[in-house]
Amino acid sequence: MSTSRDIERYAGLFAARTRVMKSSAMRDLMAVTARPEVISLAGGLPDTSTFPPDTFAAVAQRIATESCAKALQYGPTEGLDETKTCIAEVMAAEGMRVAPEDLIVTTGGQQVIDLVTKTLIDPGDVVIAEGPTYPGAVPVFSAYQADVVQVDMDADGMRVDLLEETLDRLERDGRRPKFIYTVPSFQNPAGVTMSQPRRRRLVEVAHERELLVLEDNPYGLLRYEGDAPPPLLSLDGGVYVMYLGTFSKILSPGIRLGWVVAPPPVLEKINLGKQAADLCTSTLSQLMVQAYFEESRWRDYVESLTEVYRARRDTMLDALADHFPRQAEWTRPAGGLFIWVTLPDFIDTTDLLARALRDNVAFVPGEAAFLDGRGRNAMRLNFSGSDEDAIREGIRRIGEVVTEQVELYGTLTGEHQAVQVEEPPAADDNVLQLPKRSARSRRAEGS
Amino acid sequence: MSAVAVLKGGRSLERQVSLRSGARVEDALERLGQDVVALDVGPDLISQLRDASPDVAFIAMHGRDGEDGTVQELLEILDIPYTGSGVVACVRATDKVLAKHLMIEAGIPTPEFFAFSETAFRELGAADALPAIEERLEFPIVVKPSSQGSALGIKFARSASDVPAALVAAFSYDSRVLLERHIDGRDLAVSILDGEPLPVVEAVPVGDGFYDFEARYEIGRTEFVCPAELPDGVTEQAQELAVRTYRLLGCSAFGRVDLMLGGDGELTVLEANPIPGLTETSLLPQAAEAAGISFDELVGRIVELALERAPA
Repeated sequence: MSTSRDIERYAGLFAARTRVMKSSAMRDLMAVTARPEVISLAGGLPDTSTFPPDTFAAVAQRIATESCAKALQYGPTEGLDETKTCIAEVMAAEGMRVAPEDLIVTTGGQQVIDLVTKTLIDPGDVVIAEGPTYPGAVPVFSAYQADVVQVDMDADGMRVDLLEETLDRLERDGRRPKFIYTVPSFQNPAGVTMSQPRRRRLVEVAHERELLVLEDNPYGLLRYEGDAPPPLLSLDGGVYVMYLGTFSKILSPGIRLGWVVAPPPVLEKINLGKQAADLCTSTLSQLMVQAYFEESRWRDYVESLTEVYRARRDTMLDALADHFPRQAEWTRPAGGLFIWVTLPDFIDTTDLLARALRDNVAFVPGEAAFLDGRGRNAMRLNFSGSDEDAIREGIRRIGEVVTEQVELYGTLTGEHQAVQVEEPPAADDNVLQLPKRSARSRRAEGS
Repeated sequence: MSAVAVLKGGRSLERQVSLRSGARVEDALERLGQDVVALDVGPDLISQLRDASPDVAFIAMHGRDGEDGTVQELLEILDIPYTGSGVVACVRATDKVLAKHLMIEAGIPTPEFFAFSETAFRELGAADALPAIEERLEFPIVVKPSSQGSALGIKFARSASDVPAALVAAFSYDSRVLLERHIDGRDLAVSILDGEPLPVVEAVPVGDGFYDFEARYEIGRTEFVCPAELPDGVTEQAQELAVRTYRLLGCSAFGRVDLMLGGDGELTVLEANPIPGLTETSLLPQAAEAAGISFDELVGRIVELALERAPA
């Protein structure tokens, strides 16, 4: 009989990169969030129940009659031309023009992060990311042993002035970062969008310093208000900006279909990396997208999603205003899937999650979005994956435990902070402040 | 051959570890030729147990429900023999405050501490007593929830300004917390099988430089040495203290007692775990291995003890 579960047996065989692990406490807690009785605002899930089953059936039928053998066969590494045409259509909807040879179809957007990092990073090389950054990028950067330097954000996205300071500092230390990773629109997890002036400046910085930028844009089309600033790719013209797109949030994450646009020499290396990783992206999935684009009006579906998510965002913002104490601050996203909440710095959101799980509600603790131990007083909330009743109830429960901890802290410090609920912060002053120091400095003055 | 139900998972915050312990126990039981039913403990536990009607239940759960006597109580009602300690020992050991009071009463050295409920702070103004406590215990002070079995919620307060946030964190896990004197020294664990102590395991932080308190609980930042290399007589002394604690709390079949060896050479008992981890990296299996008892033998022995204890 095998003892294949005994880890000691294999311990000596593991590569050094497998030793990089995030806090085990948080992983243990996240295991409990998957239980059915838990209202989870922790995921990043689109609501796939909104997709019409009839359309799915028509798409499948069409592939069966028209391209059965092709759908079941390998395809070219860079992807099928018919899929690339659909991708060009999606990008055109956001004001970008690409030719089929400018891009590679990938197995989800996540593979783009992996392939770009694999292509550019040797152990110890610097990657610049936003602080907070997409929690799913953290294990990728860690696996390639990148040294991730995070640049703070505010309501207008990455602080490009701080980015320049960081680049200067790195240069003085003789270190040249390989690329800047950013989610400029409706950032995951912060929910903020990079302003147009900052986008322009970021692209200028990339040109001045000859640095690559990876623009991760999964939610650009999920905009609930206002006008879209231009994508970095269109500002740069494809010289230093690489672009990551995906069908996950506008169609389905289950089909695992994304794409990457990059300067030709970089794209060539990425293509080699992809060939090694999985030869090609699922032909079946690619043909499904093609059939879907012919069968139905994809923009109508995105429009219907936008309406559903807008209402959910508004519900969550209202619930936060109703149930969170005045010491809490949060962002007001104009699109995307997430709201980022910053609590007083005496609250550790990993511990708070343990308390919240007793009330069957979950969120992502902020520490997941940092590699440097920050974010411990913040949390990411998802509003796309739960219906409005669940959002209201989930936020009510989290608000209750936060209020409980704020009150308890007040009692412990003798401040007896009055817990009251106030109006939500106005749209223009929801600045991300990481970390907040007010509560502790008040105590220092008082004692 | 008997039918063994392996109880694992559940709602505890240590669900993940429990699933790993459970999977490993299942493998061992299958190798031993037992008929194994794995149960992820949930709202349908009773009906699942009735359907399976096992000869014995192997409780591979940690923390809430599994280790605090809850599941043991249910198994008593169903008349299903189960592994490990009974209800009373689980209740005593899981409640660190109660366990420490019992130790003091029995003359077993344990670090000085003060325990509070949330109500004491909210309604009785216990915060006013904090400065006196801080003076008595001296910084750094360890702040921990009374009932949490793993490292979750354990904070290290370096100064008075750290204490309120550390308490808030600890109260996330339990309505009772304790402030404990920090013992600067070596971390030891004595596992016990059928009343007999196994070789001592020492947890040693990896790498040089500053050793932070939280590091000892992170994978890859701690190495385990077994048997621990200790000064003359200390091994026997640690084992004797561990067995006394185990008996005092009424534990049976197996368990693990965690101790500190202070810089002054004094041993103190921190806590007892009625269902220590059984994963690949857990301490009880390592200690058993050092005593020449394989994991399969360990699991087999634990099941035998459960069946022996059960009324015929």
